[in-house]
Amino acid sequence: MIEIDHVSKRYGDVTVVDDVSLTIPKGGMTTIIGPNGAGKSTLLSMMSRLIGMEAGRITVDGLDVTTTPSRDLATRLSILRQDNHLDARLTVRDLVAFGRYPYSRGRLTVEDRDKIEAAIDFMQLDPMRDRFIDELSGGQRQRAFVAMVLAQDTDYLLLDEPLNSLDMKHAVGMMRMLRQTADELGKTIVLVLHDINFASCYSDRIVAMADGKVLHNTSPDLLMTPETLASIYELDVSVHDIGGHRIGVFYR
Amino acid sequence: MSPPVSASRTMPIRLSRSIGLLPVAVLIVAVLAVISIAIGVYSLDWRSVLSGDGVDHSTMVLIESRVPRTIAVILAGATLAIAGLIMQLLVRNRFVEPSLAGTTESATLGLLAVAIFAPGIPIFAKMLVASCFALMGTFVFLAILRQIPLRSPLMVPLIGIMLGGIISSVTTFFAYRYDLLQSLSAWTTGDFSSMLRGRYELLWLAGGLALLAYIASDRFTVAGMGEEFTTNLGLNYRLVMISGMAIVAMVTAVDVVTVGAIPFLGLVVPNLVRLVMGDNARMSIPWIAVSGAGFVLLCDIVGRTIRYPFEIPISVMVGVIGSAIFLVLLLWRAPRVG
Repeated sequence: MIEIDHVSKRYGDVTVVDDVSLTIPKGGMTTIIGPNGAGKSTLLSMMSRLIGMEAGRITVDGLDVTTTPSRDLATRLSILRQDNHLDARLTVRDLVAFGRYPYSRGRLTVEDRDKIEAAIDFMQLDPMRDRFIDELSGGQRQRAFVAMVLAQDTDYLLLDEPLNSLDMKHAVGMMRMLRQTADELGKTIVLVLHDINFASCYSDRIVAMADGKVLHNTSPDLLMTPETLASIYELDVSVHDIGGHRIGVFYR
Repeated sequence: MSPPVSASRTMPIRLSRSIGLLPVAVLIVAVLAVISIAIGVYSLDWRSVLSGDGVDHSTMVLIESRVPRTIAVILAGATLAIAGLIMQLLVRNRFVEPSLAGTTESATLGLLAVAIFAPGIPIFAKMLVASCFALMGTFVFLAILRQIPLRSPLMVPLIGIMLGGIISSVTTFFAYRYDLLQSLSAWTTGDFSSMLRGRYELLWLAGGLALLAYIASDRFTVAGMGEEFTTNLGLNYRLVMISGMAIVAMVTAVDVVTVGAIPFLGLVVPNLVRLVMGDNARMSIPWIAVSGAGFVLLCDIVGRTIRYPFEIPISVMVGVIGSAIFLVLLLWRAPRVG
């Protein structure tokens, strides 16, 4: 369980996250949505101790993220941000192996190797395991980074806009794999997404933010209504039931 | 984006072959080392050396001059190349190296300060002062980088060159005022001709620091992936950064104190090795060490024979060849960088 207790973050005079309290239960997939500048990524970064906070407290399974040793946290929670590493020349296998760093400090045990192989298999990266990631396509590279956090084998996986720069096929592939990770490996996945329909189709819970505040924290079915979406995005969205999912249409 | 299939299919083979070839590369460096020991103005009489009474002139030249020089070349070449790699990983820019980041120039300023204020202190203390200056200069460079929006990766070495130019001009001004221009040219012009027994041993310290960098290589690879990546894996980014830069600064300072500056070495060697071996420092550092040593040995041998019996300083040799390779790398990389 991740507990966010009256957390605020300011950059100069601008309050990016404004006194947010939120509980993310263990298991399943929670997606944070909201317009640009809502504070989604900032909240995710604070949850994963990448940046500090001005006020409040965040705990992961009772551990305060600001005081728990970073190395201990690295075995419980992993974060993948959109820092695109387009020119990194690491092989896929080496990249995934770095996911074991919090455990092995570079000296891989048999267990580490098993986890690395399992993560490579799970993300279907075996054919390109010895290729450099700067030679992969965007979708393959994204999968390699997810495989790395899978090898890290943390209960919580936080991903900031994992669908960025992916085409339709690879975006769907990525969401299916994340869903599978939650269902089959029992991980708790927290995502920041821009696409409300991906959020609606795959998430167990959706947290909607705007202007640094949490507006809604509910199930996809309850969130996906014209009124609620209008309150978040200030935009008219018609919602349709298609194939058992609630789909928002807002293109014209 | 479609995967660039053709070029990368061969990668696994290239990579595994490269690892297997390391002993061959070591052998080549060993052969170069023997050549380096053999050539010189005084022609060695190998028979009297091997007879082993140890009092003849040839044995003395060998022990006092040739072997120290060759060891100095190998150590300087290997350690400066590794320092270049560490800096490239930590700055996350493959066009930097100590002489393109104000580090070398700051070390030189440190030596000048010692020459003015405390000329009598032992060489080890001089090196430490130069290291502190080098580290400070590097942090000034990093602070500037944080302030300036970097639209192109090529901005980074340009800023480093400008900073280095400013520091150099300060150094030259005071060297001129205190009549130390001759000492200054000894520090800024790398030259192995004065590497005699008793004057090169500090380079072993650089060797030890490079070994330390190899042991900690995973941390530098991780830091090369960025602060967030590093924090996610439970590492203290700032600590990795400071310790890595301290190693770079000390290696640079040792080099400037003993040999004098050798520009472009730390840039050219890691970049060429990277094309084949990639960014995993644990894999590439042995190759960078061997290639750096081999490259400088070759430059030194050529520099000693081309105008025999005169010598061309190593900084000139490496500078000319290295800057040419640097330009090729820049132009070749430009389309992907821009």
